[in-house]
Amino acid sequence: MKKLEVKQATKIFGKSPKRGLELLKKGLSKQAIKEKTDLNVGVAGATFNVESNEIFVIMGLSGSGKSTLVRLLNRLINPTSGTILIDGEDITRMNAEQLRTVRRKKISMVFQGFALFPHRTVLDNTLFGLEIQGVDKEERKERARQALIRVGLKGYEDSFPDQLSGGMQQRVGLARALASDTDILLMDEAFSALDPLIRKEMQDQLLDLQSDMQKTIVFITHDLDEALRIGDRIALMKDGQIVQIGSPEDILMNPANEYVEHFVEDVDLSKVITAGHIMTRAEAMTCDRGARVALQLMNDNGISSIFAVDRNKKLLGVVDADDAAAASKSGTPLREIVQEVKPVQVDTHLSDLFEDISKSTIPLAVVDEQGRLRGLVRRAAIIHALAGNTAFTKAEEVQNV
Amino acid sequence: MNETFLPKIPIGHWADLLIQFITDHFEGFFGYIASGIQSFVDSLVWIFALMTPIVFILICVAIAFWRRGIGVALFTLIGLVLIYDLGYWAHAMQTFALVLTSVVLSILIGFPLGILAGINKTFHRIMTPILDFMQTMPSFVYLIPAIFLFGTGMPPGVVATIVFAMPPTIRMTGLGIRQVPSDLIEASDAFGSTTWQKLFKVQIPIAAPTVMAGVNQSIMLSLSMVVVASLVGAPGLGADVYLAVTSLRTDIGVEAGLAIVIIAIMLDRISQNTRNKKTGES
Ligand SMILES: Nc1ncnc2c1ncn2[C@@H]1O[C@H](COP(=O)(O)OP(=O)(O)OP(=O)(O)O)[C@@H](O)[C@H]1O
Ligand SMILES: [Mg+2]
Repeated sequence: MKKLEVKQATKIFGKSPKRGLELLKKGLSKQAIKEKTDLNVGVAGATFNVESNEIFVIMGLSGSGKSTLVRLLNRLINPTSGTILIDGEDITRMNAEQLRTVRRKKISMVFQGFALFPHRTVLDNTLFGLEIQGVDKEERKERARQALIRVGLKGYEDSFPDQLSGGMQQRVGLARALASDTDILLMDEAFSALDPLIRKEMQDQLLDLQSDMQKTIVFITHDLDEALRIGDRIALMKDGQIVQIGSPEDILMNPANEYVEHFVEDVDLSKVITAGHIMTRAEAMTCDRGARVALQLMNDNGISSIFAVDRNKKLLGVVDADDAAAASKSGTPLREIVQEVKPVQVDTHLSDLFEDISKSTIPLAVVDEQGRLRGLVRRAAIIHALAGNTAFTKAEEVQNV
Repeated sequence: MNETFLPKIPIGHWADLLIQFITDHFEGFFGYIASGIQSFVDSLVWIFALMTPIVFILICVAIAFWRRGIGVALFTLIGLVLIYDLGYWAHAMQTFALVLTSVVLSILIGFPLGILAGINKTFHRIMTPILDFMQTMPSFVYLIPAIFLFGTGMPPGVVATIVFAMPPTIRMTGLGIRQVPSDLIEASDAFGSTTWQKLFKVQIPIAAPTVMAGVNQSIMLSLSMVVVASLVGAPGLGADVYLAVTSLRTDIGVEAGLAIVIIAIMLDRISQNTRNKKTGES
């Protein structure tokens, strides 16, 4: 379901911004417009949807319009043109009263510069949204306490913001947004002030939050690793425009243009690419077949071992060619010559494959969560991927033999 | 100057006519205000008298201690006892009542105007030159229309004091409201605040220290007006100083002047910013 629909949203700063729309229509760039006029294009023709329960990441260099775009979503900034729909309702046409209701009930925000109220305690900051909504005093305190526990700030309720570290302040900002319990969370570089350890912890928490509280999250970040880690989809912005939207893999593997390529070139591929990305189809057979069939299959495919699976494609192990030859002579059932192997998961990162592959003489078996064989990873494929050669194959469904 | 080819623009005459017009048509109205001010000041003086000097001094010392601590409390104690000892207590109480009334009215009028100037750009633009005018016009000039409209005695003194002392409260309130960081306004909006909620929960509390600085200035300006106010018959320490000047009495001049200084320092310290008291910094 579409939670947010943004169509051709444009924001131009300066006097008589409509003039800028004309220039944009003529195809002028942000720089050209800035040179020609005193207008500053914040966001130009952004179009995208955010699905319910999705983490949508917006990335881009400083000044590319991320903060402006996210402010259009709750109309802290009025768009110069375009429409923004929340749950199918166009917020650009709402009056002040309707807009307030949307902001109270549907969408809350974590700010880039924290924006905590210096005259309020941490608890009073956290319950601000609920206070505005007129929630009963005890209830709002309780809900704010819960939110503070969620972000790991229990015990700091009575501190003032200026007594906390930057990272803690950022978490208060997050707690304040969480306390309102809205469906949509807008997060403008919400984790930028956190140290790497807490940052990772907060990212995990955000993922949990999104799955158990059904949140839709629009997340802005500078950090590609962060985007890849938490984003279901990523939008890349440049000069106010969205240059590419896609899954993390899309962005990495098929950069739309040089800008995106440049953006992603420093990524540590081994932490992004998973076994699922580089696995190829695995030959496999069910155990009720004989050793002779196994030998035949290996011969046909030019391989020296074959994976054995049960009827549900669940991986049982591997059959070696020599063993199979011996077994077919002695008539031993195939089941008895299956050797156990240690499979890897589809979503295991390359960086975690190195050790396994270096120890193993045969390709690694890749299984899904149910332990079903999905494919195999060869040593060559790993080296290939790390070398930056991104044109690797998507594994087809493993066929039963 | 009279030979210039430019005929004199009769600004003075117009001001005359305006005041004449106002006195003719609104005399009753200003009469009410005058008696309102008079009775407010009278009741303050009455309350101070009822308190007796001892209680009054103790209350002031307590407030000074609560606001600023032992040093200011000690100063207040010694200062007030000195005023009593010099024999200026009754007049000091009148001056106190005059200043208090002026300041209270300044805040009552100035604070809302300041908020309006802080929120509304147009109002701010209209207000600024008016405030400049109010503050730079020699304060004596206010006495003339004040006499016409409010007669003599305390009321014209209070009104002239208000006109002269109110601008800092308006200015600083407006400044404080405008200085609220824009991201806090955004945060307040993002959570769906109404204009009033934003004003009372975010803008005013954050502007408070600046507003207090303005009020402090207003208090100081009120005190600087007590001698001027005595020219229209406002009683108190100002009248003593005025008398001392006209009869060349150094002793009275120094004593009454000292009393004014003591009250000024005391009120200044008490009304000064004690920001961050809560967070333990200062
Ligand atoms: N209030 C404003 N008035 C005029 N121009 C603005 C305003 N806010 C933003 N801009 C301009 O819009 C553009 C986009 O700014 P924005 O703050 O959205 O960038 P950003 O991607 O969030 O950058 P950063 O990563 O540094 O936070 C910039 O060119 C900026 O100068
Ligand atoms: Mg930004």
